Amino acid sequence: MSRISDFRLPAGVGVGYKAQHFNELVSAPGCVSWLEIHAENYMGDGGRPLAQLRHLSERFPISVHGVGLSIGGEAPLDPDHLARLRHLCDWLQPASFSEHLAWSTHEGAFLNDLLPLPYTEATLTRVCDHIDALQATIGRAMMLENPSTYLAFAESEMEETDFLAEIARRTGCGLLLDVNNVYVASTNQQREPLDYIEHFPLAAVHEIHLGGHDEQADEHGDRLLIDSHDAEVVDPVWQLYRETIRRSGPRPTLIEWDANIPPYAELEAEASRAAAILEPVAA
Amino acid sequence: MSQSAFHTALLDPATPAPEGLIDPKGRPAGKRFDVYRNNVVVSLSEALAEAFPVCQAIVGEEFFTALAGQYVRQHPPRDPRIATWGTTLPAFLETFPPVAHLPYLPDVARLEQALRESYHAADSTPVDPSTITTESRFALAPAVRLVQSLYPIHAIWRFTRGDGPKPAPQAQSVLVTRPSYDPQLTVLHPQAPAFLAGLAAGETLEEATPDGFDITETLTALITGGALTEPQL
Repeated sequence: MSRISDFRLPAGVGVGYKAQHFNELVSAPGCVSWLEIHAENYMGDGGRPLAQLRHLSERFPISVHGVGLSIGGEAPLDPDHLARLRHLCDWLQPASFSEHLAWSTHEGAFLNDLLPLPYTEATLTRVCDHIDALQATIGRAMMLENPSTYLAFAESEMEETDFLAEIARRTGCGLLLDVNNVYVASTNQQREPLDYIEHFPLAAVHEIHLGGHDEQADEHGDRLLIDSHDAEVVDPVWQLYRETIRRSGPRPTLIEWDANIPPYAELEAEASRAAAILEPVAA
Repeated sequence: MSQSAFHTALLDPATPAPEGLIDPKGRPAGKRFDVYRNNVVVSLSEALAEAFPVCQAIVGEEFFTALAGQYVRQHPPRDPRIATWGTTLPAFLETFPPVAHLPYLPDVARLEQALRESYHAADSTPVDPSTITTESRFALAPAVRLVQSLYPIHAIWRFTRGDGPKPAPQAQSVLVTRPSYDPQLTVLHPQAPAFLAGLAAGETLEEATPDGFDITETLTALITGGALTEPQL
């Protein structure tokens, strides 16, 4: 199923689009060469959000990133939501489409969070079925993103990296490697982040995410990192990113900043930092 | 473990984290499960506060967060479009005893909901005002909403935003239009809702005009708000 033409983002740096940055993006975007939007925010009938998106899509390749399909949910995918995703992909013709290895809907109630999954054969079969259904609906291959996790399931039988590699093999989907998620989840699982990268099927990766997180501690005093997207990327994540693209080669890289959103100049400075790491590898 | 057990524990803080969820040392997940609990309720409560900022300002941030927590548990979103969630908040507020002393609050929520719906409504092309005659028929633009209240909801809305005097008791009907991308509010004459209902039902301008009602002001608001479009045939 996977066709290279389904992943058309340039191997430069993009940012998560926020409406307050519209003017700077159309007048002086700096080093930012593509944009990512959350699919669910562009499913209204009209008005400013769609008008801005139409305008931006004439100037930037757009990555559509779904945050609500519940690919890991026990129930079949919501056909209404599948139709909305198809409609968005049909009119926007984005450079790529991605979603998460997570669930977010239960018995029709949407929980607005990316909830974790046990890595078992049953989960694997279900996630692959859902990815097949999605890819058939939108008529293209998607990318699946590795999660931030805060806990583990006693019933898990597989490593997350093997689980994702097997999904990519069975469904032909690409993978979106969120390096901040790797750092957050590995820290929370008391594993080595670089081990995760070394076991990750990097050939299937067509996009990388970078973002900020928050640091807390659990009731035993162990580090507990929270994937908050509300701050700058921390140095260990920059270092992990450097190590990742040294192994994978250049990949389209996104700065995610979804809360506590800074002025555009600050966001662009983060993008420049990524570009400074990415460009020597791309050269 | 089933997602049902996970889901039940997520929304009930009194329930311990489900068995089988562990930390790296194999101990029960405890606070690690609370991260998910917190994400669900906080993210949805924040989304509700963003959608209903004036209601939040009326009851205060802390009170609104508690109210939103109840609403999230009783009326969670039914699909992932957060912009469409909250339509039942006004009705919920009507039956929520802690706000019974604020009888106008549900209608203020209706006004904020109308603003949200207008913002995301389909674009439309308004009729050319120079072509309007007493025989003209119209369809109201998709972004038009009407909120009628026994309370001065527009005055309360402005006052709460620090943008108007202390409201005096009166009924208010408020028209929401969207001339370009920003919804506008106009307080209507008490007879204007009947006029709008007539237009929406496909009556001509003349037929829709209630006896003795001067339509000038209302018609101006409709025209400048881009509210009048060609009728659907």
